[in-house]
Amino acid sequence: MNFSTKRMFENMFWLILFVLIIWQILYWLVGDIALRSPWTTFQFTAKFTATDQFAIHLNESIKAFSLALMIATFAGLSIGLLLGLKQFAREIFEPFLIAIYSVPKITLYPILLLVFGLGLSAKVAFGAIHGVIPIALFTLNAVRNVKPILLKSARVMGLSTLETAYKIIIPSALPEIFSGLRIGFSLTLIGTLLGEMFASQRGLGFLLMNAIGLHNVDIIVMLTFLLVGFAGLAGLILLVINQKIYSAN
Amino acid sequence: MTKAGIIRIALIAMLLIGLESLVLMGRIDPLTMQAPHKMLFDLVSILQTGKFNKSIIKTLSNAGVAFLIALILGVIVGLVIHRLKRLREVLDPLFATYYAIPVFSFYPLLILLLGLGDAPQIFIAVMLGFVAVVVNTLNGIDRVPLVFLKTARVSSMGPFETAIKIILPSASPYILTGAKFAVAYSLIGVIGAEFIMSTGGMGYEISFAYNNFDNATMYPLIIIILFVSISINLMISRWEKALLVRRGLK
Repeated sequence: MNFSTKRMFENMFWLILFVLIIWQILYWLVGDIALRSPWTTFQFTAKFTATDQFAIHLNESIKAFSLALMIATFAGLSIGLLLGLKQFAREIFEPFLIAIYSVPKITLYPILLLVFGLGLSAKVAFGAIHGVIPIALFTLNAVRNVKPILLKSARVMGLSTLETAYKIIIPSALPEIFSGLRIGFSLTLIGTLLGEMFASQRGLGFLLMNAIGLHNVDIIVMLTFLLVGFAGLAGLILLVINQKIYSAN
Repeated sequence: MTKAGIIRIALIAMLLIGLESLVLMGRIDPLTMQAPHKMLFDLVSILQTGKFNKSIIKTLSNAGVAFLIALILGVIVGLVIHRLKRLREVLDPLFATYYAIPVFSFYPLLILLLGLGDAPQIFIAVMLGFVAVVVNTLNGIDRVPLVFLKTARVSSMGPFETAIKIILPSASPYILTGAKFAVAYSLIGVIGAEFIMSTGGMGYEISFAYNNFDNATMYPLIIIILFVSISINLMISRWEKALLVRRGLK
């Protein structure tokens, strides 16, 4: 284990400890009415995650999230590559992308629900539109910043457009593209969960919303803990990979 | 106007005309999507009757308050964390993964703590927005040229004076980038919270209208929110660009 990884684990340890202490102090301040202590939450989580009810909702969320992520990745990469390579198309469409990126997408959800109907497709669409724009914008900028000499060499060697994309552009723009994918991952996750919270019959978001309605503090705290934990862990792994790619380049 | 700009406007016009004709031909159910001209008429009538003025003011002022708190808090936290290198190192992974955290799941807790009023909504919106400001402020401070800081030291400025006179002006384009995110996030926070549980506001009215298939209310309200967020964003972008141009960076 080299120095920087060791340092990172040390930092992680402090961060987790820091969060746990704040959690415990908050619990002492608020009491059982709105919060559970970390220890009770761990116990409840261990018990609840073994039930069938949890498995059904988890599966639904995983299905929605992975579909949304696949769509966002594929569409985002294609849009980004295309606009990154064609300057005129980029001038036309980049302002659209930036405008959509900055819009509070939650206001668009009722429209998506009307178009897609209640069910899996609406939340997949909602998750995907959260993720697709950052992936497209990052890819676009990454492709634009590819050194012109690399593209010239590709032309000299007579590579086709597809070959240029695979062999030249993607490898050299990879670090930045991966940053986009990392952010896209986070936003797709939050988009899918929000989609499940507002109009859905299944999924962890629905379970959370239902618990909010019934004021089931055990489930609320457990789900918050699980989702934050998953998002944090996945985000961290992607961050480490991202840093590895950057240093490799 | 550039050629790309003209094509952009033509594309928007084509989209609107396409939508209009599809709805008028009955290809799109009016229960799903209304004709653009009808959305416009509904919008005018809503603004004229003033039926939703209270909700509109409530939501926009809550988002405005949240935006200001997020901006000020974010800049201050950014300035402080930047001086504490070790703390920043510990918090960096948290910042990098922060936006994957479903902040809305803290909403019920906040309702219990602060009551079902404006406070928990503003709190959620600040929680969403201020980290974007912190991250961008840190990024901006990292790029303050060293010579500026040296000049500050030579002129024997204290840390506070350096922050106000040197660091903040120099980092301002980056802080504005954070401010753009904060605009969107404060609207998302307030409206999302209103969707989940509230007694009024635009998010509440939109979800109420959605549940009653009342598209004549839903679409105009959505248009108002989109209009507000896009125009504030454009304004900040102009300002950001002007700052960069003045420095010869663009």
